[in-house]
Order: sequence, then C-alpha cells, then structure tokens
Amino acid sequence: MNDPRLQMSSVSQASVLATNKVLRNTYALLSVTLIFSALMAALSTVLHVGHGTSLICSFAALALIWFVLPRTAESAAGIGVVFAFTGLLGFGLGPVLNFYLNMTHGAQAIATSMGGTAIVFVGLSAYALTTQRDFSFLGGFLFAGLMVVLLAALAGIFLNMPGLWLAINAAVILVFSGFILFDTSRIIHGGVTNYIIATTSIYLSIYNIFISLLHLLGAAGND
Amino acid sequence: MDWMKFAYAALIVALLIFIFPAAKYWLKNSPKAERGDWQAFLLPISLVVLFVVGLMWIVGQ
Repeated sequence: MNDPRLQMSSVSQASVLATNKVLRNTYALLSVTLIFSALMAALSTVLHVGHGTSLICSFAALALIWFVLPRTAESAAGIGVVFAFTGLLGFGLGPVLNFYLNMTHGAQAIATSMGGTAIVFVGLSAYALTTQRDFSFLGGFLFAGLMVVLLAALAGIFLNMPGLWLAINAAVILVFSGFILFDTSRIIHGGVTNYIIATTSIYLSIYNIFISLLHLLGAAGND
Repeated sequence: MDWMKFAYAALIVALLIFIFPAAKYWLKNSPKAERGDWQAFLLPISLVVLFVVGLMWIVGQ
C-alpha cells in the first residue's frame, strides 16, 4: 500500500489528468471565443465602424488583460473578461475587414487568411502535442523578438515605409507561431494551469497571425 | 490624420510597457535549450514560412 512506485504512478497520473483538463478547457473556451470574436467582427463590418472606434476597442482590450484579467482569472468572472476581451478585439477588426472587402480580391484574401491561420494553428498545436517537447527555452527569444517587432512598428508609424510594414507583418507571423508552440508546450508541461490565461495567450497569437497574414496576402494581391 | 498616428503610437508604447515585465522574466529565467531543441523549433517555423510564401504566391497569380 505504501509502495513508492505506486504513489509516484498515481501522482503522475493525476498530473496528466490535470494537464488534459487544462488543455480541453482551453480549446473549448478558445473555440467559443473565436466564434464570438468573428461574430463581433461581422457586426462591426456591417456597422462600418471607424478607425477611432477600433482604436478605443484595442485600448479597452489591453486595459482588460492588464488590470482586470489578473484579478479575475481564478474565478468564473474571468470567463466573462475573456469574452469581453475577444469581443472587443473582434469588433475592432471592422475597419480592416471593410478596407479589404472594398478591394477587388479582398474577400478572397480574408477567406484565405482565415483558412491559412487555421492551418498554421492546428499544425503547430498538433506538432507541440505529438512531439511533447518542452519549448519553454523559447521564452526569452520570443519576448525579445516581440519587443523588437513592437519597436519597429512604432518606427513604422512615422516612417511610412511599405517595405518595413511587410517585414513587420512577416516577423509577427513568425513570432506568434513561436508563441503557439511555447504556450501549448507550457500547458502540456504544467507551466500554465489556468485555462483562462492559456486561452487569452493562444487567442492573441491566432488574432495577430490572422491580421498579419491578411496584410501580406493583401499586398501579394496588389491590394 | 496625425492624432491617429499618435494614438496608435501610444497603443504600441502601452503594449511595450505591458509586455516588459514578462520579457524581463523570460530573458532571465528561460531554461537553456537542450540538444536538438532549436532544430525542433526551426522545422515547423520553416514550414510556416514556406506555407505563407506559397499562399502569397497563389494569391499573387
């Protein structure tokens, strides 16, 4: 009864079950919030929301994950915060989507980038889940990369160089693809035990890959 | 519009401030990569690059 091997086996079994639960809850919440976000994006497209409103939505979403989510992530209220956060970001997509919908191949670019993002996400998640490799060594590299991309984006606002924007969008896809591997492996290895936080991180990766892919495909289609 | 440029710049600065503590933490505390870890990372990322380039090529046709 006090066999250490049996005790270790039951501890590791409990750990695997807990990890599976976090993973299952993360993907369930992620799929629902993505649908909600898409509905909000469709609504803002129909309403022809302007860039000012989109910007306010981005600031509000940032305020939510900065000040509200850390206080609510351990409670049921955290789910409401994630819905508000993803809804705001989805609603903020209206001007970008309308811009492309007014272009010749815009609708095609939007559909292709949605499909492309889905393939990248499913492929990278499947890779992280099947290899079971620990990608936490990427943490410093990815965050440093993200800081560099943000600094380049800050410069890009004032420099008005189309080539720089294309490079930034390509870098965003690479960095957030890395974040999908990093976040998924952290869930698998018990680094993240809160599915609300995990959902927010993965949602942000999907959101950023979608927008950057849309800009790249728009540029490739001369839009 | 100039105020929009400054508003977007303010959003990016806010994002930088938001990310900074996590970046600092991970730069200090990231575990060292083991043998084969970088190859395991570069393989799927290279496939993503090829996929995106392929999509851009198809859309550009």
